Amino acid sequence: MAKEMTCIVCPIGCQLTLEPEGESFAVFGNKCPRGKKYAIEEMIAPKRVITSTVAVDQGMYPVISVKTQAPVPKELIFDVMQDLSSVLMKAPIQVGDVVIKNVQGTGVDVVATRNA
Amino acid sequence: MLKYELVVIGGGPAGLSAAVEAYEQGVRKILILERDKELGGILNQCIHNGFGLHRFKEELTGPEYSLRYIDLVKDTTIETLTDTMVLEISEQKVVRAISAERGYMEIEAKAVVFSMGCRERTRGAIQLQGDRPAGVFTAGTAQRFINMEGYMPGKRVVILGSGDIGLIMARRMTFEGAKVEAVCELMPYSNGLTRNIVQCLDDYDIPLMLSHTIVKVHGKARVEGVTIAKVDENFKPIPESFKRIDCDTVLLSVGLIPENEITQNAGIAVDTRTSGPKVGELRQTEMEGVFACGNVVHVHDLVDFVSEEGALSGKGVAKYLKGELETTPNFSTANSDGIGYVVPQTVNLSNVDDQVTFYMRVRSVYDKHIVRAYQGDTLIAEKKERKFLPAEMVNFKIKKEILANLADGEIRFVVEEV
Repeated sequence: MAKEMTCIVCPIGCQLTLEPEGESFAVFGNKCPRGKKYAIEEMIAPKRVITSTVAVDQGMYPVISVKTQAPVPKELIFDVMQDLSSVLMKAPIQVGDVVIKNVQGTGVDVVATRNA
Repeated sequence: MLKYELVVIGGGPAGLSAAVEAYEQGVRKILILERDKELGGILNQCIHNGFGLHRFKEELTGPEYSLRYIDLVKDTTIETLTDTMVLEISEQKVVRAISAERGYMEIEAKAVVFSMGCRERTRGAIQLQGDRPAGVFTAGTAQRFINMEGYMPGKRVVILGSGDIGLIMARRMTFEGAKVEAVCELMPYSNGLTRNIVQCLDDYDIPLMLSHTIVKVHGKARVEGVTIAKVDENFKPIPESFKRIDCDTVLLSVGLIPENEITQNAGIAVDTRTSGPKVGELRQTEMEGVFACGNVVHVHDLVDFVSEEGALSGKGVAKYLKGELETTPNFSTANSDGIGYVVPQTVNLSNVDDQVTFYMRVRSVYDKHIVRAYQGDTLIAEKKERKFLPAEMVNFKIKKEILANLADGEIRFVVEEV
């Protein structure tokens, strides 16, 4: 049976239609190849980039923004948030600095997204 | 008195892009004035990713996106003053500003770029009924509190309005352990990008209640709850549908308004449709040597287009300073059925390289429709999309050679059924 979904890879938000095709799915309506990749991954193992903040000592602000460098399994979001809540970084920090290595065993690092 | 070729008012994505482009086009003495303590503007609090796909072909967070431009500025001789508030500009383009460090300043500018962005509509702007307790925030204020200042504004939240910032804050507050009870949207459709409905609400089972509003806020010292209601086709609350939701926080995501006090005080008329100054193809305003770009002109949905518009105004500044900017426009733009506004409001073809991008918004949701440009009854160009939504800005490009074949006059944009 065909399934409709909205692509969230970029702000265009293509309306996708998926039809089962063997082990995988045929994807229609995507304007770019990333849409196809997203749709299939979303059906099998949904992932998200997590963006949040961690506490920082001696920065311009008490927190700095961070992100997972790649999408991580959706069901791990709140575990990652839990890990982030115990981090205290010390300024100076450069954008791209690793905040947590291999977060939740995903193989993905959490990195700073601003300088402090 | 300080003297500059170009003074840019506002160091967010529009102003940074304008300054960088003007510099690349040969303007050397440039000053950016920013009232916050760092450059980057509102992007600094937009820590979610998804920025820069058009511009950089990758997905950046807000601070990463602004850092790209801040780094570009650092490689130039462009000067910046932060913690500096512009009060007004005079008819002679003297910019008057204050800062704690330098006191009062007068800066003589040959050209000025307005890039002051926009402001959120507040509780007062929508006349929200009920008590006046603590705990009612605009979504952007809550965003700054959580993402920059390190405060959590509340634990149990109702959001009014489905603008993008509201949707993103629904997810963000959920991440931080809050419970978002509902997002109420007055219109029968959302005002946010579809992808944000999916990844901010659907992902976390947060209900989006279309054709719903908050009719009353309860609580004396702190918000204790709200009464919500379904509205009829005239947006009137239906009494039988009143329902109380307990919460300690209300976030408002009910629209943005370009911030044009400086513009108006300078005697520059503001277009009632965009709430921004009327601009030409290179974002020149009706005051000679004054340009405007970004959300101060009209509220954009993507920062990539803000940067694009900033670059256009930077080009305009360079042309103007070289004495090459043609002033009398060939065309004016108009919106009719289904189109809310069109930017730019005028076009002078001799300032155009190869095409003009017209930005516009539709008034309602349109399926199986097309946007067309006409001069009189003559069809000039058309733009197809699967669907037109008020939340998504329409980008309508027309080639210079097509416009060059037209008589001077009005170009009218309209939504038509196919």
